[in-house]
Amino acid sequence: MKLTVNGAPRDAEARDGESLLSFLREELALPGSKNACEQGECGSCSVLLDGALVCSCLVLAAACADKNVETVEALSTNETLHPIQQAFLDAGAVQCGFCTPGFIVAARALLASNPEPSDAEIREALSGNICRCTGYGKILEAVHAAAKARA
Amino acid sequence: MTLTRPRVRGIVGESIIRPDGPPKVKGEFEYASDLWQDGMLHGATLRSPHAHARIVAIDTAKARALPGVRAVLTHADLPTGQLFGLMTSDQSPLARTKVRFIGDPVALVAADDERTARDACKLITVTYETLPPITDPIAALQPDAAPIHDSGNVIDAVRLVHGDPRASADVVVEGEYEVGMQDQAALGPEAGLAIPDDDGGVTLHIATQWLHEDLRQIAPCLGLPEEKVRLVMSGVGGAFGAREDVTLQVHACLLAIATKRPVRMTYGREESFYGHVHRHPARLFYAHGATKTGELAFVHATIVLDGGAYASSSPAVIANAACFAAGPYKVPNAEVWSVGAYTNNPPTGAMRGFGAVQTCFAYEAQMDKLAATLGMDPVALRMKNALADGDLIITSQPVAGSEPVSEVIRRANALPLPADGRASALELPGGAGNLTLGEGVVRGVGFAAGFKNVCYSHGFDDSCDARVRLERDADGPIAYVHTAAAEVGQGVVTVQLQIARTELGLERVVVLNADTNIGSSGSSSASRQTWMAGSAVKAACDLVNAELDLRAHDRGIPRDRIDALLDTPVEQRVTYRHTPTEPLTAATQNHGHVAFLFAAHRASVDVDLGTGLVKVVQVATAQDVGKAINPVAVIGQLEGGIAQGLGLAVMEEVILKDGQVKNASFTDYLLPTFLDMPPVVTDIIEHPHPDAPYGAKGVGEPPTISSTPAIVAAIRAATGRELNRVPVRPDDIVFGTVARSDWAVVPGTDPRTATRR
Repeated sequence: MKLTVNGAPRDAEARDGESLLSFLREELALPGSKNACEQGECGSCSVLLDGALVCSCLVLAAACADKNVETVEALSTNETLHPIQQAFLDAGAVQCGFCTPGFIVAARALLASNPEPSDAEIREALSGNICRCTGYGKILEAVHAAAKARA
Repeated sequence: MTLTRPRVRGIVGESIIRPDGPPKVKGEFEYASDLWQDGMLHGATLRSPHAHARIVAIDTAKARALPGVRAVLTHADLPTGQLFGLMTSDQSPLARTKVRFIGDPVALVAADDERTARDACKLITVTYETLPPITDPIAALQPDAAPIHDSGNVIDAVRLVHGDPRASADVVVEGEYEVGMQDQAALGPEAGLAIPDDDGGVTLHIATQWLHEDLRQIAPCLGLPEEKVRLVMSGVGGAFGAREDVTLQVHACLLAIATKRPVRMTYGREESFYGHVHRHPARLFYAHGATKTGELAFVHATIVLDGGAYASSSPAVIANAACFAAGPYKVPNAEVWSVGAYTNNPPTGAMRGFGAVQTCFAYEAQMDKLAATLGMDPVALRMKNALADGDLIITSQPVAGSEPVSEVIRRANALPLPADGRASALELPGGAGNLTLGEGVVRGVGFAAGFKNVCYSHGFDDSCDARVRLERDADGPIAYVHTAAAEVGQGVVTVQLQIARTELGLERVVVLNADTNIGSSGSSSASRQTWMAGSAVKAACDLVNAELDLRAHDRGIPRDRIDALLDTPVEQRVTYRHTPTEPLTAATQNHGHVAFLFAAHRASVDVDLGTGLVKVVQVATAQDVGKAINPVAVIGQLEGGIAQGLGLAVMEEVILKDGQVKNASFTDYLLPTFLDMPPVVTDIIEHPHPDAPYGAKGVGEPPTISSTPAIVAAIRAATGRELNRVPVRPDDIVFGTVARSDWAVVPGTDPRTATRR
């Protein structure tokens, strides 16, 4: 199966019925997308599929042939963090961090369509992502800060 | 000449970026479920489908014959008859004669891939002879109940007698309360990688809260000396108590030793619900007596905790429930029975708040009842009875060192209330469900305070080792800090970094990964790791500084010429112990605790009386932390703990029917989302404890203790309903459902003498 992952063409075999999440983690060695609920409830596995935010645990890998997948690993170069990543760090929005890649990918999708979201819009847009550590307050701050940094 | 030192950044008291933050935001941080080694096998667990049954026979032939299967293990393959358990060894790594809950591990498979391992589990035939399950903890405690373990069904029974429990009072209020089973729901699933070593031993990479306690339990179950079992901390995706117990540790090692290959085990979410312990469900029976003017006269309480099939840390949870049963108030007379039962429900153990959560829900409801009976303001009643310096808690231990209870209550209540209106209909109960446009929605405000011990209690030898090495490399001096303290997300690595920077006056500090190459740090639990690891690192730095002073003196070199002093490295290692505590006594009247943590919460809620849906609008909190080492992380603990308290108040429950978990998924076990969590207003109080490092007492648990009762009090204020059970369900609000056990229990009496209603 051929597809584009984080800007690079990839050619790999997906197992029967394999999810995009498992394909990314196990076949392509991209473990940044996380496996927390594996039924689309927690958003830890969020990726962009042709620019659309999806839970990669709910997407069949085989359905991604010839598509463009972007994971959290695409956001930073070795030296420089993406402004959303930097904002999560600065705000203290990371504790155990297991939900963080999913939140960052979801926040990127939000800011791409709504560069200056309100509190309510951030809460609504990120309500598909569960964080068990922070209580969300610092994540709210981080998304606002990222919006400001990009403006 | 004046020498000025460059200012060291990132010291105690600053909000700094956590060192594990950059890899976490990049997706590069390696969690236990990301562990990978070429050629590794995948392990899977077969679990009991019965709550209580005898194992008659196990046939593994078909599983062994499946291509790709490398090992199938049952109790017959265990190297020893050793049992394991956190406080009581009562569980076999694989069930031998009996299974005691739905989920009890029975067999293991290692295979070339995960799917084959799981398929092979389905090919194992276990013949069971089912036994009647006991799922009501009060029934389990009765003398005529069939024993689930040979030792009987009483895990532990703690009686507490303080003053004269028969003292009279002008007014008495009674109540029965129930707390459902809460799940820690850490997002990172249980996972580990076991690698066999050439010496016949094994190295286990594992996400855990307490490496050395795991080692103590694992090695004997493998039939190996502790030297042959090495543990390395892997990335932990949240813990909240659930990683204090052994889950797959022994299993992964057994499979690695049997196959002589690396074996990885990772639970999925459903298995995680079966694989780890939960918070103890509780039945609580209370009577509070007071004078006409609102001074507490007595508290009588009977607390029954459902320990499930195995004891885990139940004895300590039971003791905690007894000690903190009356809240942070002056109570001259008390009688408490706190009893834990074995049942055929899933095992329960540690979860944030550890016994203090269950009782706080009950005693704070009682305080509100008392205030209503007396016609007093609920906050004023709490202020009137707040513990002050030197006052005794009901164990006769005085609060001393740091005890700002009335200040915590006053400042939480003084925080600004939320605005009356709502910005949009999305903020109404039901949110985007559009169930109301505001009609039938009532605002309520509730208040609660709570307290708990920090560090381990009742004579436990609680210690933490730390090693600090200061050396010189091409870029100048650098310090390495090593402890076994588990970073579970709470930020203890950052705390150690900040303390070492502060004490050594040096910014280049590296905190090494935790492992068993150093002595125990104890558990990342009981809100203790800032106190314990913080004290140990600080003490080791003190010794390093003393050696530098000595070198400077001996050599006649100025102390600040650090490069010249570090021709050889300075390394110091300490074992820190807190002030010893007294063991439990017959009437639980002793100095059993190191120190106490206090918090108060005020919740504002909107309730739709028509649908019974609740929207928490704001939570305000004041908490005494002694000293905020990293203020942004402290706020993170407060907000995150409140989210878990909110979950217990209105949505989170492991629903059981005849011992079967009915909602083992995040689709059915409801966790607070961004839309459920309101803004939190915090007031951090820094009242230093003289024995704690920089006065920093600990942070993690109080946010979960009184947030739940504050939210329920707010719902009561809005609805007038009794609401004696959490989580509060819409039915309880719409129909006024009240939880009643099948048992008549006189508060303050032994539940083993209860009678059926």
